[in-house]
Amino acid sequence: MSCRAVSVLSKCRISQQQIRGKAHFTFQPSQTLPAALQSMEKTKMNLMQSVNEAMRIAMETDDSAVLFGEDVAFGGVFRCSLDLQKKFGKDRVFNTPLCEQGIAGFGIGVAAAGATAIAEIQFGDYIFPAYDQLVNEAAKFRYRSGNQFDCGKLTVRTTWGAVGHGALYHSQSPEANFTHTPGLKLVVPRGPIQAKGLLLSCIRDPNPCIFFEPKILYRLAAEDVPTGDYTIPLGQAETVRTGKDLTLVAWGTQVHVALEAAQMAKDKLSADVEVIDLQTIQPWDEDHVVESVQKTGRLIVTHEAPISSGFGAEIASTVQKRCFLNLESPIERVAGFDTPFPHVHEPFYLPTVHRVFDAIKKSVNY
Amino acid sequence: MTKYFNLVLQLERIWTTTMALFARQLQSLTASGIRTQQVRLASSTEVSFHTKPCKLHKLDSGPNTSVTLNKEDALKYYRDMQVIRRMESAAGNLYKEKKIRGFCHLYSGQEACAVGMKAAMTEGDAVITAYRCHGWTWLLGATVTEVLAELTGRIAGNVHGKGGSMHMYTKSFYGGNGIVGAQQPLGAGVALAMKYREQKNVCVTLYGDGAANQGQLFEATNMAKLWDLPVLFVCENNGFGMGTAVERSSASTEYYTRGDYVPGIWVDGMDILAVREATKWAKEYCDSGKGPLMMEMATYRYHGHSMSDPGTSYRTRDEIQEVRKTRDPITGFKDRIITSSLATEEELKAIDKEVRKEVDEALKIATSDGVLPPEALFTDIYHNTPAQEIRGATIDETIVQPYKTSADLLKAIGRA
Repeated sequence: MSCRAVSVLSKCRISQQQIRGKAHFTFQPSQTLPAALQSMEKTKMNLMQSVNEAMRIAMETDDSAVLFGEDVAFGGVFRCSLDLQKKFGKDRVFNTPLCEQGIAGFGIGVAAAGATAIAEIQFGDYIFPAYDQLVNEAAKFRYRSGNQFDCGKLTVRTTWGAVGHGALYHSQSPEANFTHTPGLKLVVPRGPIQAKGLLLSCIRDPNPCIFFEPKILYRLAAEDVPTGDYTIPLGQAETVRTGKDLTLVAWGTQVHVALEAAQMAKDKLSADVEVIDLQTIQPWDEDHVVESVQKTGRLIVTHEAPISSGFGAEIASTVQKRCFLNLESPIERVAGFDTPFPHVHEPFYLPTVHRVFDAIKKSVNY
Repeated sequence: MTKYFNLVLQLERIWTTTMALFARQLQSLTASGIRTQQVRLASSTEVSFHTKPCKLHKLDSGPNTSVTLNKEDALKYYRDMQVIRRMESAAGNLYKEKKIRGFCHLYSGQEACAVGMKAAMTEGDAVITAYRCHGWTWLLGATVTEVLAELTGRIAGNVHGKGGSMHMYTKSFYGGNGIVGAQQPLGAGVALAMKYREQKNVCVTLYGDGAANQGQLFEATNMAKLWDLPVLFVCENNGFGMGTAVERSSASTEYYTRGDYVPGIWVDGMDILAVREATKWAKEYCDSGKGPLMMEMATYRYHGHSMSDPGTSYRTRDEIQEVRKTRDPITGFKDRIITSSLATEEELKAIDKEVRKEVDEALKIATSDGVLPPEALFTDIYHNTPAQEIRGATIDETIVQPYKTSADLLKAIGRA
């Protein structure tokens, strides 16, 4: 048994691991823009630049907006806040010490006092020291004060997801850790256009938001982004590919994996897969997904985070209830395994296009 | 003025020692050959040096400023620091060649801290540190190969490639830790176990000036003092928490005083002898049951915070060059031991050569050894990880995870 296991799994032996691998997906720029954005002027931007642009606009249009976090003064490790200190001054863009709990709590205070707080936690993996403040304080401030106080002007930006070589503490996707907490809004963009519009929405939304930025997309993803001030509504999903045979739901980087798997299914199985980018994870756009599954009869949810208690479970549970009689096959989840995020074995952990394709095949042949 | 006084003192000491040596050599000339006598004398001679005095917090007296060093130790410390420097250069190059996954934080510039503290440690003492852990891992028993191969994720690595740069371990070394500030309370816990077992040991708990601002340190400090735990909270102050200079991140940059009710000492972390002497003193302090002590090691890092940080956007290249030229822990030590005749230029050159060879050989293994089979992904998650079903190469070929621990897997592939 054990020998066979080795031989089976080792067929894909890791010879390419001599050198860090290339990205496990291909970025697919948005095909169509929402009507309101079509007439706007556009420039080529990567995700880092579009986040920068969103923060610039937020600070220009709101005198009370301040930006702080570890090393943000010189642009932050990913350069998202590049030149913002120069533009807005040291009293509005400033470095904090290395203290995530402090950053989150400080941000809540700033927001509760009526200013717009944009707080950066350098890596999503470092958000856990701030977890108590976000879950126990930020999320419940409005509720426990009977709406007398809130910290809705707080937006926490943090980097998110696999990056190809990040290992245990620079790769995690902690969105599901927060979806168990009513009172927070959670957003993950799939590219520069969405990042800009969704981040501006988060900053202006009267609820505390956590904005997860897929760090692998910062430089790798570039597309024509409208240059003006625009927002993309929170709580709305977007269908990024239409199809009639199966619904595939994803967010962040995984949308691009899903799009590739959908194309593969078209080529190899002649299956028309509909791909939905959830965009806002909490509150999520139930109706949008349900309507799609009522049409296709099949659902796969895919995310990078470990499968157990991942947000895919929530979607699956809701859809089986609302679409019970529409379903043609069991709802499938394709996700990271229930392991810590691995060091050398990242390519085996990730829900790659092949794993998603296999799930599609299983579902349409059910 | 004090600087000048110290210099005079030091010159005086060197002069006295040299004269004493000279006199003894003259005496022995009558007996056997001069050459052998000189070597014998040199190896048995202790030279004394003067170190910068420690600054003290809530203490009446501190470590001695007059320290002695013998030839054997001098050569050993020199070698140890050179191995770390060389190994880190190799790691930096591997990273630039994209052969390293995970992140990579280099220790270059801070060698005197680790080597000096290790020199004063005794059997049973424990260490826990943050992510800048390659040097410590090697000092505490791992080989250069184990460190470099861990960085490249190979089976020969310290954790067989499962941990990477920030996660390496040896006996009594509770590892590098990836999350800033996470290790400080753990160090206090390790010290509690020592106290409970009535060990005469300390847990050296290291963190940077960045992590000094994490709340967990203050929680740990309180517990450590409350229960008088034998823990040394050592702040390696290299001037920058990631890209922010200490003055811009810390309301008080006197980290040795920030334990408030816990006494502390400031140590010149660029002088290995000062570090050794201070650690010896600190250990005695803990051993006598007085509880925890804060230590601040004033040091400097030459590279950026991690490899993705060029390290030049928040400080000038000139500043780094200046430190390299005037305060480098290795060059400074080298000058001292040559000037005081504890070592010759040739001896040190021979060591350099040997070190280069050791690192080069380790590099070969680190870039050529195999990677653990993918089953390793599922080992070591729980004690006796339940066997999981994993999809095989085709959709119908599901297998049950055959190994529970990395050790089982290593055995199966003949690498135990």
